[in-house]
Amino acid sequence: MTSPPPPTPHDNAIAARNGSAIRGARTPVLEVHDLAKSYPGEPPVQALGGVSLTIGPGELVGIVGPSGSGKTTLLQLMGTLDRPSSGHVRITGLDVATMPDNEVTYLRATRIGFVFQQFFLAEHSTVLDNVADGLLYAGVPLTERRERALDALELVGLAGRPRARPTQLSGGQRQRVAIARALVGQPAIVLADEPTGNLDQATGHAILALIDELHRAGSTIVVVTHEHAIVERMPRKVEILDGHIVADTGPAADADLGPLDERCTRAPQRSPRTSGSEEPS
Amino acid sequence: MTAIAPLNRRRLPLSDLTRLSTVGLRTRKLRAGLSALGIAIGVAAIVAVLGLSASSRAGVLAEINRLGTNLLTVSNGQSLTGGTVDLPTIAPGMISRIGGVQQVQSTGEVIGANAYRTPYIPSVDTNGLTVQAASLDLPPVLATAVAQGHYLDAATAREPVAVLGAAAAQLLGFDRLYPGERIWVGGQWFYLAGILKPAVLAADIDTSVLVGYPAARKYLGFDGHPSTAYLRADTDQVIAVDNLLAATANPENPSEVNVSQPSDALVAQADAKSALNGLFLGLGAVALLVGAVGVANIMIISVHERRSEIGLRRALGATRKHIRTQFLSEAILLALLGGAVGVALGVAATAVYAHVEHWATIVPAEAWAGGIAASLIIGAVAGLIPALRAARLSPTQALWSV
Repeated sequence: MTSPPPPTPHDNAIAARNGSAIRGARTPVLEVHDLAKSYPGEPPVQALGGVSLTIGPGELVGIVGPSGSGKTTLLQLMGTLDRPSSGHVRITGLDVATMPDNEVTYLRATRIGFVFQQFFLAEHSTVLDNVADGLLYAGVPLTERRERALDALELVGLAGRPRARPTQLSGGQRQRVAIARALVGQPAIVLADEPTGNLDQATGHAILALIDELHRAGSTIVVVTHEHAIVERMPRKVEILDGHIVADTGPAADADLGPLDERCTRAPQRSPRTSGSEEPS
Repeated sequence: MTAIAPLNRRRLPLSDLTRLSTVGLRTRKLRAGLSALGIAIGVAAIVAVLGLSASSRAGVLAEINRLGTNLLTVSNGQSLTGGTVDLPTIAPGMISRIGGVQQVQSTGEVIGANAYRTPYIPSVDTNGLTVQAASLDLPPVLATAVAQGHYLDAATAREPVAVLGAAAAQLLGFDRLYPGERIWVGGQWFYLAGILKPAVLAADIDTSVLVGYPAARKYLGFDGHPSTAYLRADTDQVIAVDNLLAATANPENPSEVNVSQPSDALVAQADAKSALNGLFLGLGAVALLVGAVGVANIMIISVHERRSEIGLRRALGATRKHIRTQFLSEAILLALLGGAVGVALGVAATAVYAHVEHWATIVPAEAWAGGIAASLIIGAVAGLIPALRAARLSPTQALWSV
């Protein structure tokens, strides 16, 4: 479930449109180049000013920055949820800028998984169906969606409770369900926005441990947070400030630094935990 | 470029769409029920009004069928100068010789004779009753019968004996007939022999006091000219007989004879739409309109409340069209739910009322199909703006402004 899915006729169609074929396994999963975004206003708000970043397959990247640094905007652009003012976003080599909205959504349905601070689970449906909904818009039939959802639940350690409702679960379990939903489509990249923001410290560590485990199993994951402690000893740490990348430790040389949860436990708490929502910066 | 086509046609299967469009209804059942109520009431009113008028018409027609549609009446007409032209005394006999005529009976209005309960009633209080000489087999031809007592026979027809029509008995104050009961007719006592049941096909018999032809001549100065002849024809000969009647009844002046088929008048009456129907249909339409506004309102609120769901779906790869379709079908489903409940209520109301009135329950197809179709259209129209709003919502706004 770790490498990008094999090219389908749809992918080739997109690729052909973008003037490039699907490249080999070494193709960066995510490339942003000179990415800028400003929001209309008087004067216009420059949220991002020329960010370039390349994320290869299997990387775990922590993007950290204070409120208003532009990290959420960066996540939105990387996740194709918004369009940049200028610059390019390439997902598995496909340039999003040249795609119509329809194809961009298909890209999201098949190649990008999201994890949000607020989980965003449907309370009226079961854990299994919440996870299965991750494949709803990828054109997968219901029975297959549920089968794959069971597999994904197993990955996050919730295989025993597929029939439970999200309201019967703890916060940590809910976030595991949300992570399973992000993973169920075997996306090329998972983008997590403050995944531990609504959780207490111990539960947050468990979620980080899960993320680390998924990374070790080969998933490409980007975690965006304002907490330095979380990204402190992630294999790759990118620091963003005022819409620019100010530090990037670069791709790790497959270094094994030990389990992530221990690293975080040891790391000092530099900023107080905030549970409030992050304004789009 | 054709290879991209499947992308654009990435469409949710109907099963998934159904599941999605019930999300809002399942999570907020009470609200969904209340907002569908307006449409339910409107559709119920319309279905019930159409159903009741169809059922009542069917009831009247069934009654007419029971009474027979082969009754024809021949009555005296008016001359050019406006005077009443009597039928010849031999008219009933002539008519009975037409092929296809089964039976002829007649009545003759006794001009100048009035009926009172006692001699002490002021002579102006006639109650609008007429005194008629009647032939001896009249009730069966009119599809009526004696409610109490006996009808006239060859013996009583010669004596001062009367039979009352149903309304006449009421007006004179006779509920039950006791032996020796009598009324004051044309200046002398007439004994009562019986009271008739209502004669639906000949309503003027109901308000008549019937006496025998010989008695009318003897005691009331009747001239012997029948004023109306009632006849039953073979059902397949009714039109042929109808065409011959005027000329046969009064060969000298066929144009001064009125021929009619009472069942026709009743059918026309059954077909006439009541003015109240229009009023209730209008009220139903207003209820539907209010229901539509209710559905639109609820959908707009729902879209606002479910911003995060919309954002999440967009993040999971839903296109604007997917979102639009989901909310549009939810509105349609909500309205259809109301429509279905409304049809059920309308049919139930019709069935109960028809049962009480002993009619067959008839709900015209255009009533229930129209109710369902109207709610479908209402749902589509009411859901359009909320669905467009939901689809326009940008994923970042929807997800990061919760």
